[in-house]
Amino acid sequence: MKTATVDLDQIKARKAQIFPRDPNDAPTHDMREELFELEHKGEIIVQRVPEPYVEVLTKFGRTKKIPIQKTWHHKSCGQCGHIPGYSTSIFWLHRQLGLDFIDPTDQTSCTGWNYYASATSNAVAQAAVMMRNFAAAYETGYFPTIHCGTSFGHYKEAREQLVKHQDLRDGVRRVLDKIGKPLVIPEEIVHYSEWMHALRNEFAKRQVFDLSNITACVHPACHYHKIVPEDAIYDWEIFGGQRTATVTGLIQALGATPADYSTWFDCCGFGFRHVLVQRDFTRSFAVQRKIEVMIMEANPDVVITHDTGCVTTLDKSQFSGKAHNFKVGVPVLSDAQLAALAMGAHPFRVLQLHWHSADWRPLLDKIGLDWKPYWQEFEDDLAKIRRGEKEGVTWADSDTPIRQRENVPTTV
Amino acid sequence: MAYRDNSKYADVPQETKQQLFDQVKADERYNDYLYGCYECGICVSACPSARFYDYSPRVIAQTMAREDIDRFYEILADDIWNCAQCFSCVRCPRQNNPGGLVTLIREVAVRNGLKETREVLQGYSRVIYKVMLKGNQVSPDMLRPDFFPDWGPWVKQFSDNMREWRLAIPTETMRGVTDAAWKTDAKTLRELYYIWYSTGNLDLIKEVDPGLHDLIAEVVEEELAETEWME
Repeated sequence: MKTATVDLDQIKARKAQIFPRDPNDAPTHDMREELFELEHKGEIIVQRVPEPYVEVLTKFGRTKKIPIQKTWHHKSCGQCGHIPGYSTSIFWLHRQLGLDFIDPTDQTSCTGWNYYASATSNAVAQAAVMMRNFAAAYETGYFPTIHCGTSFGHYKEAREQLVKHQDLRDGVRRVLDKIGKPLVIPEEIVHYSEWMHALRNEFAKRQVFDLSNITACVHPACHYHKIVPEDAIYDWEIFGGQRTATVTGLIQALGATPADYSTWFDCCGFGFRHVLVQRDFTRSFAVQRKIEVMIMEANPDVVITHDTGCVTTLDKSQFSGKAHNFKVGVPVLSDAQLAALAMGAHPFRVLQLHWHSADWRPLLDKIGLDWKPYWQEFEDDLAKIRRGEKEGVTWADSDTPIRQRENVPTTV
Repeated sequence: MAYRDNSKYADVPQETKQQLFDQVKADERYNDYLYGCYECGICVSACPSARFYDYSPRVIAQTMAREDIDRFYEILADDIWNCAQCFSCVRCPRQNNPGGLVTLIREVAVRNGLKETREVLQGYSRVIYKVMLKGNQVSPDMLRPDFFPDWGPWVKQFSDNMREWRLAIPTETMRGVTDAAWKTDAKTLRELYYIWYSTGNLDLIKEVDPGLHDLIAEVVEEELAETEWME
């Protein structure tokens, strides 16, 4: 039998070639052109990205604008409901950089989690929830930054449907007219982790803990890069442009080592309804397809992701896995928490690590952060709150990085 | 042995199956989600549910493309709730969106109050209640040890200290909030209620859980009565 072989050097040469990304050859086209066309016809308002912004490249080579400030923070129900240190870290980072932002009370969840879990909604209702939130942001003059991976993906999906279908636009317009809100679509749908990516070197400049002996596995959130994939950021310098650049780029900037693993494309097992009412599926998938594979192939000190559902699933699923002797036992944090940790955020007042189930102590020990006095300080906060001597923990308690306030030299 | 028990839903009239299929097909998103099927199986290889259930996104795309009404009804009754809605299946080289098709089929199942759908969503009613009235999906007061024993001892620890732990969050919109994820203005919630009311979402809930519908409708209608939006 004749066997065709290719010289190894030829294969290496081929693999080393950069595959040019050309937005004109992309399988999808730039949604913004259609948005501006609809605006020109008077159907919608397009909210422009405020200056200053950072330009990044998306999957197929389009330039995406990421605003730095004047941001309106579209929060995530999962983050704020049971991983509060996620949102708090995002806000802490803004405060450290002195950036202007709004944390609104005129915002609902995108309600997408419920929609994907139960389908007790419909296209007009889902698009109307999105457009009401976007209108609320527009009214303040601030630009929406989406905290949740699902809200980000769902909004892109709803935007596409709105642009494609006149009936849907008319249905949403009728609802918004009634409540007195304009039909506004932002020029870009921006995920907070893209803001993190744009500012990763700024965070690194303010770093007080050395992460150079830390290995991190990244779980890219499905709804960040799978639903309407053309808006996700990719960079040649990061896994050769074959993985999303957000999160991994931050880990690199902070000096830690991102480690690849074979099931990176798999979802975390969240499943929307599964994580709440059918957790056997969620646990099995999270442990067997993600955490175990990461540990066997990369043995990370931490898993970093950029969505609430992923942090929850990968973190909470490990407890039962341990009982069944699966290879588990790695802390799970968001990229915002990792950056805040590196910059000296208080582990409990800001990072709120006590809400995490997988053991985060070895990670803190490894970077040289003695967490015990800070836990004692936090317990004192709780005791004062119980006794009515303190209403709650505030930014005044939390803003100053821990090494700065104790005049401890940085390890970077 | 047959892969499927084709007699399982033989008692369901063909007209009913056809009518439900037609409802899915009539959705304006249908043609954005289905372009045919190469039967390559890429969607299955990426699908988390295919690893743990008797579930296949490929079969869903094929069935819809072939308009196999009997198989469609089995998917409607038995398969759709297994989908994790991660949209890994959109790697499809034909640009199908089986996850999107599942969404459309689920909506039809809910709209028609299918018995199997009512049963599946029974355990989910608390979340629907929360999302419709608070505009948030999950709230701290849902984290109870009897619901989440497999999440480890921290659930009990949190539950015992919920008030203090929530007050110990520096973010103003979250500090001390236990029945929602963050503080939301009353006006904002009324706007959300109007969305549910005017788009037929309240009626949808009636199909899956009449008791839950009555609870939600009472609050929504009382709040909307204070506005000029009620027709």
